[in-house]
This record gives sequence, C-alpha cells and structure tokens, in this order.
Amino acid sequence: MMGPSAYLILSGILFAIGAIGVVARKNALIILMSVELMLNGVNVAFVAVGSYMGDPTGGIFAFMVMTVAAAEAAVGLSILIAIYRLKETIDITELSVLKW
Amino acid sequence: MIAIPFDSSQVMQGIASIAPEAILVCTAITVLMADLFLAEDGKWLLCWLSLAGVLAALGEVYLLGSSRIVGFSGMITSDGFGMFFSTVVLSACALVLLMATGWSERAGTQKGEFYSLILMSTTGMLIMAKGTDLMTIFLGLETLSIPIYVLVGFQRSRMTAIEGALKYFLLGAFGAAFMLYGMALIYAATGTTKIPVLVYMSVGGGMAGSSLFLAGMGLLLVGFAFKVSLFPFHMWTPDAYEGAPTLVTAFMSAAVKAAAFAALVRVAMLLFPGVSPAIGPVLWVLAVLTMTVGNISALGQNNVKRILAYSSIAHAGYIMVGLVAGDLLGSQAALFYLLVYAFMNIGAFGVLMLISQKEDDGYDIHNLRGIGFKYPVLGALLTLFLVSLAGIPPTGGFIGKFYLFSAAVKNGYIWLAILGVLNSAASIYYYLRIVVYMYFMTPEGEVVTPHTPPFGYALALCACAAVVLVLGMIPGAVLTMAEQSVLSLLM
Repeated sequence: MMGPSAYLILSGILFAIGAIGVVARKNALIILMSVELMLNGVNVAFVAVGSYMGDPTGGIFAFMVMTVAAAEAAVGLSILIAIYRLKETIDITELSVLKW
Repeated sequence: MIAIPFDSSQVMQGIASIAPEAILVCTAITVLMADLFLAEDGKWLLCWLSLAGVLAALGEVYLLGSSRIVGFSGMITSDGFGMFFSTVVLSACALVLLMATGWSERAGTQKGEFYSLILMSTTGMLIMAKGTDLMTIFLGLETLSIPIYVLVGFQRSRMTAIEGALKYFLLGAFGAAFMLYGMALIYAATGTTKIPVLVYMSVGGGMAGSSLFLAGMGLLLVGFAFKVSLFPFHMWTPDAYEGAPTLVTAFMSAAVKAAAFAALVRVAMLLFPGVSPAIGPVLWVLAVLTMTVGNISALGQNNVKRILAYSSIAHAGYIMVGLVAGDLLGSQAALFYLLVYAFMNIGAFGVLMLISQKEDDGYDIHNLRGIGFKYPVLGALLTLFLVSLAGIPPTGGFIGKFYLFSAAVKNGYIWLAILGVLNSAASIYYYLRIVVYMYFMTPEGEVVTPHTPPFGYALALCACAAVVLVLGMIPGAVLTMAEQSVLSLLM
C-alpha cells in the first residue's frame, strides 16, 4: 500500500497556498477564505495519516477542526459585517486608524 | 460489531476532571437565560451571578486539589499544574468581573452576552491549561480565542475596537492554523497526539532525527508564539489591546497569556528536552528579540494602553527566559511570574479605567497630569503596579524577575540574563514616565476627575495591590506551590 506521503505533500501544498493567500491578499474576505484553505490542508493530513495507521484519532481531529472552522467563520464574518457598516470597505490596507 | 464496554467509574472520573469547567459553562448559560428575563435596571445582577459561578469553580478547583485525575482516556488531566493555572485564570476572571461592577454601566457592556463570553473564554483557558492531548490543547485554544475575538470588538461602533478585533481575528486564526499543521505533522511522525505517549517516544532524543517531528514542533511553537505574542508574531497585540474595551484588555493580558503559557510550559517541559539541540537556540533568540522589540517600541508611545500592550510583549519575553533555562527553577519562576503579572497588570488597567473618561483619547498620557497629588490613593496604587511591572523591590515583579534571571544564570545562559536585566532597566524609563506625568507635570487646565469606584471595584484594586506587595515580601508559599505544580507535571 502506498504510504501517506503523497497526501502529506498535497496537504502541504494546500496549506502553503492558503498561507500565501493570507499574506498577499488585501480583501479581508479572501484572507478568511485562505485561512479556511489552510485548515482544510491540515484536515487532509489528519485524515490521510489516520486512515494509513488505522487510527481513529486523525478522523476525529479533522471533525473537530471543521467544527472550529465553522465557529471561526461565523465570528469572522460578523466582524467583517461590522467593519463594512462603519467603513464601507473590507480592504485591510484601508484600515489604518491603528498603525499596523 | 463489538460492544463498547461501559465503565461508569471512568465516566465519573471524567466528569470530576472537568468539574470546574462544567460549572463555568452552566453559569454562562444561566447568565444568557437570565439576561432575557431581567429588566434593564436589573442587569447588574448578571455580573454578580457570573462572579458567583467563577468563585464556585475556584472552590471546585481546590476541592479537587492537586491529586491527579485523568479524564476521557487521557484527553484532560486535572493535576497540580492545572490547579495552579486554574487559580491564576479564575482569579484574573474574578478580578475582572469585580471591576465590571463599576465599569460596565458606562462602557455599554452591561449585557448578558458580555459576561457569558468572558465565562466561555475562561472555560477554554482551563481546558488549555489542563489538556494532555494536542487535540484538547487546540480545542481549549479555540474555545478561549473565539469569545475573545468578539469581546475585543464588543463596542462595535468604535472604529478602533472593530479594527483591533479584525486584526486579532485574522492573525489569531492564521496562528491557530500553523499550530494545527504542527500538530498534524507530529501526528504523522508519531501516530499519536497524546502528550504522555509523545514524551515516551521523544525521550532521550528518540525523535530528534525525524524531520517531520521537528517541523511539527517548530510549527507548534509558531502557533504558541502568536498566542503569547512573541516577536515576530506580536503585530496584533498593540492594536487588539488598544481597540478592546479596557476591561477586556486587562482580561486578555492576564488570563489569555497565562493560559497560553500554561500549554506552552507543558509542551516545553515535556517535549522540548527530546529535541533541545534544535529548539534551544531558537527559544533563546525569540526570548531576547521579544523583550527588546517590546521595550523599544514602548518607549515612544503616548497612549497608556499601547504602552502597557508593548510592555506585555516584553513580559512574554521575560517569561520565555524561564523556558529557555528549561529546568525546574526556570519553569517555577515562569509560573510565579505569570501569577504576579496577572495581578499587577489587572491592577494597573483597573486604575487607568477609573482615570480615563472615555476610550481612545481618554488613555492619552497627558490626561494623567496632576492626578498624583490630587488623588493620592489612585496615584499611589498606579505607582505601585508600575513599579512592580518595572521589577523594582519590594514588589512581586522584582521577585519574579529575580528568579527568572537567576534560573538563566544557573543554567549557563549568562548573556541571556544580562540582556534581560538591560531590557528591564530600559523598561523602567517608560513605566516611570507615566509616574512622572502623574506627579511632576502641571496639568493644562483642569485635572480630570476620576470615577468613584463602587465597593467591588475598590476591593479588586486592593486585592491586586495586596497580592503584589505580599508576593514581593513573602513569596515562599507561592514559590513552593509553583514548584509543586511543575513537579506534578514531570511525574
């Protein structure tokens, strides 16, 4: 049977794309989506390793990550709505009341 | 189909191990429910209800004591170490709730969800401090963080608040993703997420050759660095601290830091020795840079909240010194320092909340002109807390720094100790600058009139001052407690 290394590489690529998105994008909504992509990259690694080893921990962990990601998205989107109501933009370069 | 055996004693043990958390969650839900039925002028009751829940949880922590209770097949362990940090976190929460009695009314946070979120976040902190599985640590971290994101942006009509919340949220989620990827790599390298099993596998350098494991530990460290605001992952701290309602800032700086360091100390004490040649120098550099960057950035600030935010970054660096030392004395000193830091920082924010008339501009250092002589009690209290933060005797801050740096010296990190002391000396400048403004600057126009604190608020301030002074003069008992709790970790 093939080891999980191919899946680990895939997860690494997904995670890297997400991380680059967070650093390079300016739209807060896209940044939020990139974070979700990073989390899903992690999920791929967990599920692959868990199923390779026949250990349920990986799958359980992936479910926990999904739950947390949902909660995070809910809070994140509501923060974005609040900021849009005040400034009519969600471009993070325009948010400069506080110095970065 | 295999029948899953049901062991009632195991279940009871599991429930016992999370009893304080269960009390907090029940209180949080009760507060939310009570909020529906209370009239607008009866909302003050919510604060006291939350406080009662926190005190009950604190009582439960002491009922359980430092005996080792392993719950949910090793996911969570209630031991001496957990007890120490539960005490720190719950006391910080209790102090903040006491201060809320005199503050919520005028800050617009007299709402059920505000208290409920604080209690939920505290629950996450306890879980994080007691987690003995990477999964529990992650869930604790998120249970802690998500309510804090909301609390930072609670006053959502203020641009600074919502902007601080967004920055904290984006960087916090980013950091959590790194930590999670680290956990996934550790899982891939070892096939387990249970810390005791990982310790068994990594002891004596058993895993030091696995690049997957090392990368996992590194990413885990990055995740922790985001939470405890180590350089270069500290960017969110000043913005989130300045934007948040000051009460939440006090809570974050004391309790969130303590909980994140609790999990970090657990991981560092147990797993880092196995990979120390690779990770030791990294921690050394992180500690020095964090201290230096925090202190230097604080020098030029004029907003007192921002000064304290940068100072909190510097303090994370001091605490890291204890982790670099890596032995019993170092961890013991780190624990002691986190306890003292919680009290002195909440105290300092508490006094500032009374003096400032409104958020944002209200925390400008110029507003402190002339406070010292006109309101001697407030002036003296703020001076005491700042002196303790600067690490000048006879305060708890001095004892904590003394032990941290002596642990570094004892383990041969002489340069680290020297740089730490130099940093500490530099920090005296900006702490005393606030004191100078209070006593020696003549006010332009009227001296601001501080709010009169109600009984609970005054009690919280007195408690902070008493703890800072008592720990500065007779630290023995708490140091022993810290030592015991680190020992219970190593058993």
